Amino acid sequence: MGGLIKSSVAKKFAMALSGLFLVLFLAQHFTINFTSVIAPDTFNELSHFMGTNFLVQAILQPVLIFGVCFHFIMGFVLEIHNRKARAISYVKYNGSANSSWMSRNMIYSGAVILAFLALHFYDFWVPELVHKYVQSHPEDPTRYYEETIAKFESPVRTGLYVISFIFLMLHLLHGFASSFQSVGWNNKYSKGIQGFTKAFAIIIPLGFIFIAVFHYINNL
Amino acid sequence: MKLTLKIWRQENANAKGKMVTYPIDGVEGDMSFLEMLDVLNEELINKGEEPVEFDHDCREGICGACSLQINGEPHGPDKLVTTCQLHMRSFKDGDTIVIEPFRAKAFPVVKDLIVDRGAFDRIQQAGGYVSVNTSGNTIDANSIPVNKHDADDSFAAATCIGCGACVAACKNASAMLFTSAKVSQYALLPQGQVEATERVQNMVRQMDLEGFGNCSNTGACEIECPKGISLENIARMNREYMSATSKG
Amino acid sequence: MSVFESKIPEGPLKDKWTKHKNDINLVNPANKRNIDVIVIGTGLAGGSAAATLAELGYNVKTFCYQDSPRRAHSIAAQGGINASKNYQGDGDSDYRLFYDTVKGGDYRSREANVYRLAEVSGNIIDQCVAQGVPFAREYGGLLDNRSFGGVLVSRTFYAKGQTGQQLLLGAYSAMNRQINRGKIQSFNRHEMMDLVLVDGKARGIIARNMVTGEIERHSAHAVVLASGGYGNVFFLSTNAMGSNVMAAWRAHRRGAYFANPCYTQIHPTCIPVSGEHQSKLTLMSESLRNDGRIWVPKKKEDAIAIREGKKKPTELSEEERDYYLERRYPAFGNLVPRDVASRAAKERCDAGFGVNKTGEAVFLDFASAIKRYGKEAAFSSGNKNASEAEIIKLGKEVVEAKYGNLFQMYQKIVDQNPYETPMMIYPAVHYTMGGLWVDYNLQTTIPGCYAAGEANFSDHGANRLGASALMQGLADGYFVLPYTIGDYLSKDIRTGKIPTDSPEFDAAEKDVKDKISKLMNASGKHSVDYYHKKLGKIMWNKCGMARNAQGLQEALDEIKELREDFWANVKVPGAAEGKNAELEKAGRVADFLELGELFAKDALHRNESCGGHFREEYQTEEGEALRDDENFKYVAAWEYKGNPRDAQLHKEELDFKNIELKTRSYK
Repeated sequence: MGGLIKSSVAKKFAMALSGLFLVLFLAQHFTINFTSVIAPDTFNELSHFMGTNFLVQAILQPVLIFGVCFHFIMGFVLEIHNRKARAISYVKYNGSANSSWMSRNMIYSGAVILAFLALHFYDFWVPELVHKYVQSHPEDPTRYYEETIAKFESPVRTGLYVISFIFLMLHLLHGFASSFQSVGWNNKYSKGIQGFTKAFAIIIPLGFIFIAVFHYINNL
Repeated sequence: MKLTLKIWRQENANAKGKMVTYPIDGVEGDMSFLEMLDVLNEELINKGEEPVEFDHDCREGICGACSLQINGEPHGPDKLVTTCQLHMRSFKDGDTIVIEPFRAKAFPVVKDLIVDRGAFDRIQQAGGYVSVNTSGNTIDANSIPVNKHDADDSFAAATCIGCGACVAACKNASAMLFTSAKVSQYALLPQGQVEATERVQNMVRQMDLEGFGNCSNTGACEIECPKGISLENIARMNREYMSATSKG
Repeated sequence: MSVFESKIPEGPLKDKWTKHKNDINLVNPANKRNIDVIVIGTGLAGGSAAATLAELGYNVKTFCYQDSPRRAHSIAAQGGINASKNYQGDGDSDYRLFYDTVKGGDYRSREANVYRLAEVSGNIIDQCVAQGVPFAREYGGLLDNRSFGGVLVSRTFYAKGQTGQQLLLGAYSAMNRQINRGKIQSFNRHEMMDLVLVDGKARGIIARNMVTGEIERHSAHAVVLASGGYGNVFFLSTNAMGSNVMAAWRAHRRGAYFANPCYTQIHPTCIPVSGEHQSKLTLMSESLRNDGRIWVPKKKEDAIAIREGKKKPTELSEEERDYYLERRYPAFGNLVPRDVASRAAKERCDAGFGVNKTGEAVFLDFASAIKRYGKEAAFSSGNKNASEAEIIKLGKEVVEAKYGNLFQMYQKIVDQNPYETPMMIYPAVHYTMGGLWVDYNLQTTIPGCYAAGEANFSDHGANRLGASALMQGLADGYFVLPYTIGDYLSKDIRTGKIPTDSPEFDAAEKDVKDKISKLMNASGKHSVDYYHKKLGKIMWNKCGMARNAQGLQEALDEIKELREDFWANVKVPGAAEGKNAELEKAGRVADFLELGELFAKDALHRNESCGGHFREEYQTEEGEALRDDENFKYVAAWEYKGNPRDAQLHKEELDFKNIELKTRSYK
């Protein structure tokens, strides 16, 4: 995939755009999930819509999957290339003197998120596919809420989700703000953007954690 | 002041290097870092050992020759200075100082702490100029007024001394700050507009060919740059590049 | 074989250059492709010459000892570049620039050369702007100017405190364009070790590849030396550590006359020496004298108290301060030429009024400038009743905008905040007006060997005015040499490539290798720096800001002795093959040890004081320089005769037709 987009600047641009797209998706995902806390019926309606709407399923979902894959693969391609760019590493490297931990460890926070995605797919997406296409159950627009909260009975799973969201936060803290720089947006509004992205990066993952813990406690 | 120096020694480009420890005594706070190394070298010479080689020339922070990674940071712990302007008052008695060359695949070691930064020259040869003849038949200097802010921003980008600290600091050994500073200097002036499209594409192409890493916006380059070149230049280059690419 | 004839064209002063350009031979573009030119040094003069020659169509090879052409020491010039553009409408003209330069040079420069310099000065600015050099501008978008020492107009163009870097990057970018076209081959980390003459003409060089240690032969139809000045003969100077006289001295040994070696400029605004370990001196732009006021305490007790740290300079009232330049030179005040300012500082310090630990420093104070600018800024922003604190805050902002980087540099080195307490400054060796003798075409006495920029002697006489070095370097490189060299090369269109396997190349290479092996095989008692520091002390004490016959005579002998000791006992560790910084230094110091002696000889023979050459025996009762136009109105060009002290003097009488010789007065 690194070969498709040749120059370093274009790769960076693509990385930023795919990241921004995933941020949008995250906002949407959060909004729907949050309804599970305040209005289970709305959650069911929205989930049903997302799961059955043709546009969402046939167009948005593939685009999303492509975006996710692109972002991950490109992330790894760039990481490998970057490591090669310094063949002999420093005996002493004081990265904390000039950059944040988050910015230097995007590959690790990203890898954790990837692992989480595997778990998340195993938890929701795979059962959903099995439910819809293998077992061919009739449509039931009210099943989503119960299925969701059932997942949070397990303290281990809830714990894993919480940890993953913390890494998501770290990833977003650098990534969201940084994508504006990558697409060439650094001007007098940048300070405001920075503030917004930082707030987003903290609030959304905290919100996800809240939802997971909320359902776990409710299950007790 | 008594210090312990751990210095990278490497005979030549093909030899295998290693860290060697040297104790040093009698260091004064008024000495520059390089003067401290002068003292060490004088001692080594008198002992019949080979002195430590390092790049240096103007020793007033402008030529960009000096290039030491000191305790894990290019040009050492102080900000907005080159190694030659770093003074020993920034250290204290008993400190251990690790001194390494700037590390990047695109900057191969020549000897000890000296690296080859020819990649920077080649990036500029790829397009870092205005194609105007030096014949003297140009138009009067004041015939094109330039907005003062643009002129100042262009100047700020042009203050880059090409030392390579940005590459050395970057965890990816990326040369984006350097290249973008050069692109920006011209992009901000009317004189640079005519060739803007080719310039940014050619310079980025050469930068990639040299084997530098990618920018991941850690911002380390800006913090470590002795001249304080701004990250805004990288954003500007990204814009210039994408718009140039869309023009073909 | 040497040609010692100035070749100044006939006719009125202001038509000479135009007429000359019309008269000289040109090389047809197709033939230029068959002609090679070597350029040594890639500073303003070398870089601009190389770019222009390549653009004209010649095949150019450039050589520099740095790892990139962009690092040549022109980069360190701070203040600015003069040009008689008269953008400020303050009455400037080519003639005034010419007049100021000749007068500033204490009437020891060649009229025709200086006028040509003034004539092309405006063109330099046009050229640099077209190349994208970001000069300082006013809000209206037009170029800004500042004024400099020794003149009454504002003609200096600048780019904050790093005009040299910006101009050099301009020349380097022009070089890059030609490198990209394949017209320039750039040999970095290469040092010229010798000049090769074939049939009496300069036909190539022997160079050492400083990375591999290989000795290389390079041939060409002409060789341009733009290798800078020799200020490092003093060990401590504002020159770069690597600045050296090797190229020029090798040419001198091969027959090029060396002119006026004793004319050295001591720059008044440098950061004082802090201790024995000091490796070089840092200059702060002379532009600081536009706004800074120079003073020492009036009373010796106060000076002593300040030295011992018992009193702070800010505690002294106006009445307790001696603004000695304003007192002695009311018309020019703090803006007197460099030599005058430097000697005045030395005079005060020698009299016991120095203000730092070593007693060798004077104050440069910005307090009144901060107030003045603060008031202006407050007034123009509509704040008519600004408080003292507001005024000072605004004033500091203005001063920061003008000199921010210099102040920052000072603070880094001295660890004091110059916005709060006056800076301390002291004179230091900065520039050498002397250099290889060249004719009007910039050709040395060796046919085919040219010298440009600081390496030649031509334009600054006995003292250089501020912001004129950049002007001369670029004038030589962009606008003079590329044309005048054509006249010589026009005879070479049928010569063909110069072979490098001739006996002349063999012999020169052998010389170089012998010299290296001699250095590598000396007894090894003392390091190169040991000798260089010793030489520096002799030079500073006996050939420095003030000289006398006795000291110079001593210097002659001491340098000779030191040189002999050096060759017998120097210690060069490591091997000649491969990178070896000590060997590089040794080669350079070896040449300084010869040049130093010629320097002293020249200073001893010149029984007058002029510009940067101040002989204690020749001064007025008030301590001003006393020139002797009757006996010394000439350029002293020295011919190498085996030993520096045996050099033979050739005089080029200076003819002043367009300017009246006066005692330089800045009162």
